[in-house]
Amino acid sequence: MNRLDQTFGRLKAKGEKALITYIMAGDPSLQETEQLVLELERAGADIIELGVPFSDPIADGPVIQQAAERGLQSGTSLRRILESVTRLRAMTQIPIVLMAYYNNIHAFGEADFCSKAAVAGVDGLIVPDMPPDEAGPLREPAATAGLHLIFLLAPTSTASRRAYVAKESGGFVYYVSITGITGAKLNDMAGVRDNVAKIRKHTKTPVAVGFGVATPEDAARIAETADGVIVGSAIVRRVGEHGQDGRLVHEVGSFVRSLKAAMQPG
Amino acid sequence: MAIPDRHGRFGPYGGRYVPETLMPALLELEEAYQRTRKDKGFQAELKHYLKEYVGRPTPLYFAQRLTKRLGGAKIYLKREDLCHTGAHKINNAIGQALLARRMKKPRLIAETGAGQHGVATATVAAMFGLECEIYMGTEDMQRQALNVFRMRLLGSKVTGVDAGSRTLKDAISEAMRDWTTNVRTTHYVLGSVLGAHPYPMMIRDFQAVIGREARKQILAAEGRLPDCLIACVGGGSNAMGLFHAFVPDKKVRMVGVEAAGLGVESGKHAARFAGGRPGVLQGTMTYLLQDENGQVNLTHSVSAGLDYAAVGPEHSYHKETNRAEYTSATDDEALAAFDLLAREEGIMPALESAHAIAEVVKCAPRMKKNQILVVNLSGRGDKDVQQVARIKGVTL
Repeated sequence: MNRLDQTFGRLKAKGEKALITYIMAGDPSLQETEQLVLELERAGADIIELGVPFSDPIADGPVIQQAAERGLQSGTSLRRILESVTRLRAMTQIPIVLMAYYNNIHAFGEADFCSKAAVAGVDGLIVPDMPPDEAGPLREPAATAGLHLIFLLAPTSTASRRAYVAKESGGFVYYVSITGITGAKLNDMAGVRDNVAKIRKHTKTPVAVGFGVATPEDAARIAETADGVIVGSAIVRRVGEHGQDGRLVHEVGSFVRSLKAAMQPG
Repeated sequence: MAIPDRHGRFGPYGGRYVPETLMPALLELEEAYQRTRKDKGFQAELKHYLKEYVGRPTPLYFAQRLTKRLGGAKIYLKREDLCHTGAHKINNAIGQALLARRMKKPRLIAETGAGQHGVATATVAAMFGLECEIYMGTEDMQRQALNVFRMRLLGSKVTGVDAGSRTLKDAISEAMRDWTTNVRTTHYVLGSVLGAHPYPMMIRDFQAVIGREARKQILAAEGRLPDCLIACVGGGSNAMGLFHAFVPDKKVRMVGVEAAGLGVESGKHAARFAGGRPGVLQGTMTYLLQDENGQVNLTHSVSAGLDYAAVGPEHSYHKETNRAEYTSATDDEALAAFDLLAREEGIMPALESAHAIAEVVKCAPRMKKNQILVVNLSGRGDKDVQQVARIKGVTL
């Protein structure tokens, strides 16, 4: 069974919500990424999302763009990220999802990539510039390898898109809480609640909410509605600030602990 | 088979590789465009502005002295440089602004490389009373300072993009991010046959007026179709505009000229067909300059308008089906062609269009005197005068 499904099942049984934390692989180096993944797990993260640095990240705001630049600068490639995941799997069974722009996967080769990712221990893929309409070349290799393809829905999504994307998405449905790019400010909680409820009508797959979740308060409010809370830019900003000062692991860990604490039921 | 198909595919190229937030906007745009293109009122309105505001039809000028100098084929220049604002870009900007007005989007955004599309969009925004913001790489803002000032004079906001290579590609990414954020009120006036469906098709259609006119004009002047069409290819909208009406005329060769920069072997160029392979950038599957990991390469060209890592997907299709041929011209060849056209014909071409002239210099002498070349002179060189002076070491 896919680790994502196991984790959502286990949390549901306990009445808890998943904390999904995003960091950019290779920012500032893959060695530190590996340390960060282990610390995120200790701090209470339930699922790890690893960003794959791409030269032209159209869905990302400045914080993650800069992280991608740092990742590229440290020589990070999809191949080296899979090696990191392989090393991590000797130490942790936390679900790992890669968030990669399509061209990196296309250059690797869709089928080759899916099989190597699954062998390394990846559980799911988020491809922010590949809506399910364009997912043809990835669907079968991902299914064969046992990787979930996680698709996104947005506040602008129409009813027909919602029905289509919710059915196509595996592992969880990624609801983008704002009309915008990563790192923008969350300001419409009522809209999030309304949309999550509408998505649930089409699928039993868990719904996680991300983009714009920046504080423990945001995380707590999202956790009331969704099955998972995704925090990216707010963590990546701290990686950027402390990447060189020796406090990296501590700072990121304590921030994630504060998120997790805010999400505890009751 | 209609090209593109309903998924926006030109064979394996094209498509819609965008964040989900933009999918509804693309579907809405496609629906609005399909509805309006058949609307007689819309077509009449478009025709009116193209005639009365842009100054169409543009002449098809027989370049007598250049023909004589090169000693081969008869050379005709399609004078898009005589369009209002100085380039073909306004054909598309007018079409999209009219569409945005019908879609009730009060705000336009656009990217620009050389500044010509930015100026065209700023111009039509002023004329239609729409709010307008233009994204431009800071490297290009420096190369094309005059156009930056023109856009501001026209009342547009010009926002510098200080990321990546600080050129056209980064301006497009930033415009896409703006569109993702403000999609409810904003129409993104993409400037070339790039991006996600329906843009490559829609922009081709708005530019196809160039080839329709040229076809009629050459038949009137020579009583027959040309042997060869030549146009420069950045994204490729002027080339697609010229080629489209001739695609069924199988005997008419079509040649696209990419920017070879300092030479394809130097690695500092923007010749996607010479040095790239298919990949996905900014919404579309097409030939792309990239490294082995799929990271997009930095490009170089003396001409900001050709300095882009990907090419319009329909060009990739024409390349693959051998309907069109693609070649390239270096910075030096383009600069020499700039001088040549200025001195032989009294026309200063945009540095982009000078790449097409550079190809004419190579191929006209090899052709027979009764053969005919039609070249798209897609823009005028006024915007490039300062840069040419700088390159020649002249202080103005």
